[in-house]
Amino acid sequence: MNYSVIVEVTLRPGIADPEGATIERALPALGFSGVRAVRAGKLFRFDIEALDAESALASAQSLSDRLLSNPVIEDAAVRLEE
Amino acid sequence: MTRVGVIVFPGSNCEYDALGAMAQLGVESELIFHSATTLGDVDAVILPGGFAHGDYLRPGALARFSPVMAAVSAFAAEGGAVLGICNGFQILTEAGLLPGALQKNRGLTFLCQSTTLVVASTHSVLTRAARVGQELVIPINHFSGAYTCDDATYDSLVAHDQIVLRYKDNPNGSRDDIAGVASEAGNVVGLMPHPERAMSTLLGSADGRVLLEGFVGLGASAR
Repeated sequence: MNYSVIVEVTLRPGIADPEGATIERALPALGFSGVRAVRAGKLFRFDIEALDAESALASAQSLSDRLLSNPVIEDAAVRLEE
Repeated sequence: MTRVGVIVFPGSNCEYDALGAMAQLGVESELIFHSATTLGDVDAVILPGGFAHGDYLRPGALARFSPVMAAVSAFAAEGGAVLGICNGFQILTEAGLLPGALQKNRGLTFLCQSTTLVVASTHSVLTRAARVGQELVIPINHFSGAYTCDDATYDSLVAHDQIVLRYKDNPNGSRDDIAGVASEAGNVVGLMPHPERAMSTLLGSADGRVLLEGFVGLGASAR
C-alpha cells in the first residue's frame, strides 16, 4: 500500500527559536496584535510503501528521528495525510 | 612526522585554508574525498568549513551519512585526533561525535568578523599547547553557530572539562559563551571560529597557530 505521510519538525520546548521570535516581533508592525508564542518549524510530505498504516508511520518516525530532525534540539511528529 | 587528512565534502570551501595552515606549520597534509571508506595513513583528521551537501535540511545533517564518516568515527573511537572547524563542528555534532547542536545565530544574521576567544580548558588536542585564560583573536564566519544543549549535557560538559573555548563577547547567542567543545577524552574537538585563517599577523592574527600547533603535536606541552 502507498501512504502519504506528513512530518512536522519543531524545536523542543525550551530551545531558543530566533526565527519564531523575529516573526513574532514583526507581526505588530503589520497590525496583528495579540499573537504570542510563535515557533517556527519544518514540514515534510512524502509517500511511503508499507504493508499497513502502522508500519508506514513506524518507518516514517524512524527516518524522521534519524535524518529529518536532530533529536538534540528537535521533535518530529508523524501523521498520515488526510 | 605528523600527516593530516582534510576531509572534502561536496560544498566544503575551507579545505585549502586548512592545507595552507598545515604547510605553514611544516606538516604534511592531504585531501580525503567524502566518498572514501578509509582514511589511509594519516595521524590526524580535519573536517573543514563550508556548506557540506549545501547545508540542506540542517548544516551537517547529510554530511554525517557520507561514506567517510564511518572511518572518521572509527578513527575517533581509537583515540585519533579529529578537529571540526565551523561546518566541520556542525557535522561532528550531527554525527554524535560531539555533544550538543549548533543553531541559527541569535539575531538571525550571518556573522563574518574577528572575535576574541578565551581558552577554558587545555584538556583537548586543540588547546593542549595553550594556557587557560589565554585570549586568542580568531575570526568567525557562520550563520548557524549558536551552541545549544540541554541541561544534563551542559552539566556533563562542565563535569568533564569539555568546554575548551569561550567567546569573550558572545556574538551569536551560544550557551555559556561556548565557542568550542571536546569529547570526554579530548581527542575530538569542534569549534565555530577559524584558527586556520589566523596564521599570520600580516593578515590580522597569528593566534590560530597555538591551537593548530597543539593539534598536530608541535605545541609546548605536546613535545
